[in-house]
Amino acid sequence: MKKILLSSIILIIGITFIGRLSYLQIFSFSTDNLLEDPAIKPIYDYPERGYIYDRNGKLLVGNDPAYDVMVIPREVKPLDTLEFCKLIGLDKETLIKRLKKARVYSPRLPSVLVPQLSKEDYAKLQEKMRHFEGFYIQKRSLRYYDTKSAANVLGYISEVNELDLAQNPYYVQGELKGRTGVEKTYEDTLRGEKGIQYIQKDRFNRDIGPYKDGILDRPPEQGKEISITIDKDLQEYGERLMHGKRGGIVALEPSSGEILSMISGPTYDPSLLVGRKRSKNYTKLYNDSIANPTWDRSILAEPSPGSPFKTLNALIALQEGVMTPETKIKCYNGFYVGKTKRGCHCGGGVRDMNVGIYRSCNAYFAGTFRKIYDKFETTDEGMDVWEKHMRSFGLGGYLGSDLHTGRPGRIPSVKYYDSWYGDDRWTSSYIISNSIGQGEVAATPIQLANMTAAIANRGHFFTPHILKKVDGKDITIPEFTELKQTTIDRKHFEPIVRGMANVYEKGTAKWVKIPGIEIAGKTGTVENFTIIDSVKTQLTDHSVFVAFAPVSKPEIAIAVYIENGYYGARYAGHIASLMIEKYMKGEITRKDLEKRMLEKTLEHEYAKPYSGEEFKINEYVW
Amino acid sequence: MFGKSLLKRIDWLTIFTYIALVAIGWVNIYSSTFTEAEPSIFNFGTLHGKQLFFIGVSIIAIIVITALEANFYERFSSLFYIISIVMLLGLFVFGKTIAGATSWYDLGFFNLQPSELAKVATSLALAKYLSDIQTDIKSRKDQLFALGIILLPAILIIPQPDPGSALVFFALIFVIFREGLPLSYLLIGLLTILVFVMTLMFGTIWIAIVLGLLIVLFFLLKKKKFKVPIFPLISVVVITILFSLSVDFVFNNVFEQRHRDRFSLWLRLEKDPNKLEQIRKTIGYNTYQSEKAIESGGFFGKGFLEGTRTKGDFVPEQHTDYIFSTVGEEWGFLGTATVILLFTILFLRLVYLAERQKTAFPRMYGYGVISILFIHYFINIGMVIGILPTIGIPLPFFSYGGSGLLFFTILLFIFLKLDSNRLKEGI
Repeated sequence: MKKILLSSIILIIGITFIGRLSYLQIFSFSTDNLLEDPAIKPIYDYPERGYIYDRNGKLLVGNDPAYDVMVIPREVKPLDTLEFCKLIGLDKETLIKRLKKARVYSPRLPSVLVPQLSKEDYAKLQEKMRHFEGFYIQKRSLRYYDTKSAANVLGYISEVNELDLAQNPYYVQGELKGRTGVEKTYEDTLRGEKGIQYIQKDRFNRDIGPYKDGILDRPPEQGKEISITIDKDLQEYGERLMHGKRGGIVALEPSSGEILSMISGPTYDPSLLVGRKRSKNYTKLYNDSIANPTWDRSILAEPSPGSPFKTLNALIALQEGVMTPETKIKCYNGFYVGKTKRGCHCGGGVRDMNVGIYRSCNAYFAGTFRKIYDKFETTDEGMDVWEKHMRSFGLGGYLGSDLHTGRPGRIPSVKYYDSWYGDDRWTSSYIISNSIGQGEVAATPIQLANMTAAIANRGHFFTPHILKKVDGKDITIPEFTELKQTTIDRKHFEPIVRGMANVYEKGTAKWVKIPGIEIAGKTGTVENFTIIDSVKTQLTDHSVFVAFAPVSKPEIAIAVYIENGYYGARYAGHIASLMIEKYMKGEITRKDLEKRMLEKTLEHEYAKPYSGEEFKINEYVW
Repeated sequence: MFGKSLLKRIDWLTIFTYIALVAIGWVNIYSSTFTEAEPSIFNFGTLHGKQLFFIGVSIIAIIVITALEANFYERFSSLFYIISIVMLLGLFVFGKTIAGATSWYDLGFFNLQPSELAKVATSLALAKYLSDIQTDIKSRKDQLFALGIILLPAILIIPQPDPGSALVFFALIFVIFREGLPLSYLLIGLLTILVFVMTLMFGTIWIAIVLGLLIVLFFLLKKKKFKVPIFPLISVVVITILFSLSVDFVFNNVFEQRHRDRFSLWLRLEKDPNKLEQIRKTIGYNTYQSEKAIESGGFFGKGFLEGTRTKGDFVPEQHTDYIFSTVGEEWGFLGTATVILLFTILFLRLVYLAERQKTAFPRMYGYGVISILFIHYFINIGMVIGILPTIGIPLPFFSYGGSGLLFFTILLFIFLKLDSNRLKEGI
């Protein structure tokens, strides 16, 4: 017993040690992460963030150098406070307070003493700075906007937060990251890759040379400059037109799917979200929950599309062979669903497809819708076919663009109505509102623009996208350069296009003609409701307009959506025609119209639901 | 004197493990004191250069030790003991203070630490006393005398202050156990430590509950006829609970905060993350850094001279007490396991050698050697890998330090000399 006691202890202790060591070195060990090693200090070299240009090479976003006065508290030597304060423009108390704060943060690490000096102050300081030990000037790069527009498109950058740090190991505390818009989508391209240099340190945090002689160090990779598809002039013009109005405008180039402009009203100056005043301004914008300037209506608003939707129903009817362009339907200043009469503003009479479109006859399209469904034995079958055609236009789902956000809109399906009414408890009459773009269908302005582009192209479209060039080279991303075919044959488009052209010639938008440009368009007037004191209340109709031009060889397809703008031609139609004229001709000939649109606001409409009083809707006052 | 016979009779396995440990130790000292500016190996101005010098001195010592007659050590053991006690006493007058401890004599070219000498001398003296024909280990008087031999140097070392070295002497008690001190003493000692630790970790209430459960279990399992000694049982329970209560009292009222911190660090008593962070930065800094350094080595290690934490001097005292963390960082689990294995082989081999002695003196001295080397190894590595509280004693053959290496070598090789001689003495 006594002889083996010591041997046993030796063995047990040996095994215990091995156990503890395997716990430390095998189970607790994580792959050697250099950044977590206190003995290694990474020094970063930040490349300049890439510039953003518009489609014509005009600068939208650049960089501005900014200079911060930094301090490392423990290296500060007694100094001539009077001179120093004068130099950096602080009073003595503030200086002492900030130094104290910096020391509390860390005596060893640099803190910002005075952020973002102007260039003039920097020039003055630069020479004298070396007299003050423990202080130095750090150059930083801030975004500089060469436009007051396109805040929703460009987006903004801000410091990374805890979540970003957890999700992406690339980022380090204090770095900037694109939050919305192009800055977010093309963050990696614009940002480049920071250079890194590993320095071996001792426990007093002193540098003792490069780690492993620098074999792991990496030079910075420059951020790439990009061109986006936005037309700067058109974008700026569109935002001026949106003055005092809420809504969205999306203009596309049908032959490529490039987004020419993407306007959300109200908007804000992108420079507001740069630099020292960023967080104050952001809070202000973000907290404006009524006008909601940070909510991009051009891609997030999902109103019912209204009458422009009629064109698609007509196309489906032609494709399914249930109608020809000559098929006639009588309008009784309305149409009947069972015994209920629904109104129509077209004037009544026997309509064919052409007149149906340019007069926007509700009865005609209710009939069209019924004919589509009557072709099939069950409503379910009809619904499936109808839904398939609709979805082929990029409706009812995400477009797959390179915008940082979006909404799918809605194309209802059999499942949707089954859950609403019950299995086989509904027919086409129940859902007849969809024929005129009311009811359950919903689409974002960019979806409407894309749908219009598909009609302009007579049956196909390119996924809308915002990126045009990277480092001067055109993009070759297949998702954006490959054509998407709709389920409607090319031959069926001509009657529809003709109808849309007649909208301008003699239809609902005849007074918004642009001399010299042949436009095809479609008005939309969308009923909408809100809830005021838990009562469902109707508001003034949304004004919607889609158009493309020129009719024969379209260069622009546009969708305009103006909240509570009343009938389609009133605001949306005018704005669309001005936008098209601006894009096609570069200048506006109809100065009166332009002046009216730039000056008119709809603030009085938007104030109505909050007035607390009874109010009238759809008033004819200008 | 250096006949073929000695080379044949000496235990080569021990020598090989010794050489391996010294070599690995030196490589790691080189690494932990390495600076790019001074890469030369043979520079006696550097720490690794000095260590190399002492390896040379140790080789000379080995030659001298093995050359001397084997019975020289037994005969003069009392003298050695007296000399070392005098030297320890002399420290109070002539001692040189390094890092707050007056443990050295300044001999000009190097600092002599008499406590190192005392380890060898006390082992010899203890073996000599216990192997004496007139000594009866069963008698209380002789037990106390043997204990006195051990405690005298320890008591002289404590006020230096060097509690770590003093603690080492208690390991020699194991020699007395081997020679007949009842094991129940050891058992009581271990149980005391267990109750002490358990009280700190779980509190007196749990100790009482566990005791109660044990008694219930005892009554359930005992044979029917077995008569329970009620009185001793009750007194054991009462003493345990009183002890447990006194631990609380002593811990909270007698211990200073730094002692409490060490215990709370060791037993992971502190759960508040803020306080834990504070402990890591102060009292637990060494342990935390050395654990992290070892952990960062992983399975294969970062490679020779590639340990970032070693290079950055993050682990304090890395070339002395914390040398094992360099092994951990640069050579990984492979390295640390190899070192543990080498030490285990060395100790088991020494136990085997001690047990094969035909006479009492070399066997007892052998046990003394094992006890001293083992307690160093156990406490040092236990501390470096964070399972024992911080007690500053070096790792034998490994840690930087001339005195240490020299006297560990002398300690070991006197035993090897005695072992090589075992067949000659036919008494």
